[in-house]
Amino acid sequence: MNAVAARAPELEPGTQWRAFSAVLYRDLYVTGREFHVFLAQVILQPLFLLFVFGKVLGTLNLTQAGYTDILFPGLLALTAVITALQALAFPLVAEFGWTKEIEDRLLAPMPTSFVVAEKVLFAVVRSLIATAIMIPIGILILGSIPWRWAGLPLLLVGLLLGALVGAGFGLLMGTLVRPERITLLFSLVFTPLLFTGCSQYPWPLLDQIRWFQILTAFNPMTYVSELMRGAMVPQVPHITPWKCIVVLIFSVSILLAVGMKGFYRRAIN
Amino acid sequence: MVPTESEGLAVEVLDLVKRYPKSPVNAVDGVSFAAYAGEVFGLLGPNGAGKTTTIGMLTTRVRPNAGVARIGGVDVIRDPVRARAQLAVVPQHSNLDRSISIRDNLIFHAAYHGVPARVREERADELLDQFGLLDRAKDKPDFFSGGQSQRVMIARALMHEPRVLFLDEPSTGLDPAARLFVWDRLRELRDSDVTLILTTHDMDEAALLADRVGIMDHGHLLALDTPEALISSLEGEGTLELTADRPADGSVVDALAAVAGVERVETVHAAIENGGPEPSPDSQPLRVRLYLTGDAALHVAPAAAVLHEHGLALQDVKLGTPTLEDVFIHLTGRSLR
Repeated sequence: MNAVAARAPELEPGTQWRAFSAVLYRDLYVTGREFHVFLAQVILQPLFLLFVFGKVLGTLNLTQAGYTDILFPGLLALTAVITALQALAFPLVAEFGWTKEIEDRLLAPMPTSFVVAEKVLFAVVRSLIATAIMIPIGILILGSIPWRWAGLPLLLVGLLLGALVGAGFGLLMGTLVRPERITLLFSLVFTPLLFTGCSQYPWPLLDQIRWFQILTAFNPMTYVSELMRGAMVPQVPHITPWKCIVVLIFSVSILLAVGMKGFYRRAIN
Repeated sequence: MVPTESEGLAVEVLDLVKRYPKSPVNAVDGVSFAAYAGEVFGLLGPNGAGKTTTIGMLTTRVRPNAGVARIGGVDVIRDPVRARAQLAVVPQHSNLDRSISIRDNLIFHAAYHGVPARVREERADELLDQFGLLDRAKDKPDFFSGGQSQRVMIARALMHEPRVLFLDEPSTGLDPAARLFVWDRLRELRDSDVTLILTTHDMDEAALLADRVGIMDHGHLLALDTPEALISSLEGEGTLELTADRPADGSVVDALAAVAGVERVETVHAAIENGGPEPSPDSQPLRVRLYLTGDAALHVAPAAAVLHEHGLALQDVKLGTPTLEDVFIHLTGRSLR
């Protein structure tokens, strides 16, 4: 036994950022090695929606010409939100619930907020990759997609805000839902979120079903879908883009703040 | 500001208090202790004694309601990031990263702690070799047994060369061979100036591994000393196990309990110890354990005399000295198990 111990050294500058990058690298490394799993996880749902609503119903003349122009921007929004949500919610429920994998990160030399920030950043990266893949898939299935170079900056803003909304929801659900309730998460939250987000219909036309229009106005995904339409098919009725952006920035701030609080409650007793 | 007294202490805990929300009592209620560099410090106590909460506070995962905890002089509440750089935790249940191989588990852990790439590769292979895991380096942790996961987690913990290593119930659920292996590795660590803080409810583990043992119960630290000193605090106390040639009735037990210096008499059922069916007590030769306030040897003759008065012959005698378990019973009035 040596009774004389030197005081702990000061942290080397950049220690926290090195920890942050290493954790991000681990997530990208695992995603890269299981890229086919990632693809199946994020692409399958929008792919089927695109195929059935865009291709099948269109070919059978059950939808009007031009419906795919309304649908495609909405499906990009859906993919952006859902991919980020899934990238956070399911791993978090498992990591806090039973695998406890998150402990090694919580004990890494960085503030707990960095652990959350990495999760959000990684969810955004996954979301952007998934939406980028949707574009060639859309061209392949539909033959063509509505595309405006002039709308590209707005499209990118929409995808980023959509990813952040999804990440916010994911953080919230991942820290609030107990592992035994994970199936409930699917049926009670996930599905309603999916179908009230205006991805399959433009919001202004809903004035024929007023109560549903009001309901959908409470789902932040609605504004992502509408922003996408504003960017890609401005001739279709849509909510003014700047209004969507304001609502989304507000929603993202609330979701991330509450989600962060939930994360801290789970991480530190 | 760190007072000068804490210089040289690897771990320092002062009047630490933790009460969980909605709990009527403090899980940890004013605990203080210190551990030196290279010391093996054991926290011994039953489940719910507050050991794991104490470790949780020291490892920045549980926020104390009051008190101070320092690792290498760093206040874990004020500067958790710097504290985390000094410590490593081996939990009771596996928290290994299931998506990557065990070698990658070691390497990524080191990367989180800023160990340079070449160093972490070399160190991972060294540790995997030392822990007998080299042939499984590329396997994912999914199908590892409890003992193997434990070894991987200890190896992982050592990747960033922590000054203080916390182990929560290091050998719970391990088979005897795995337990001995883990104990050997931990003894080696003691020689490398790493401070080990381990929690256990296993008396043997505490007595064999720890330089000093703190006995906890109901959130309090009841005693703190070397295992030898704790045991010798019960000096003069001992046990006496007697086996007679024939079965006997309760009057013999009462008579033995009345002998001067005998605190308590317990009837021992041999077949239960061996795991067999419970025999009727009348069919077994009498076997009793006497708990004494004085030296066991001095009580052999009086006890034999009592048996003789009841027409029994003494067949076997076992003298017992106190163990940590007896210290625990002495302090808390109840058994650990």
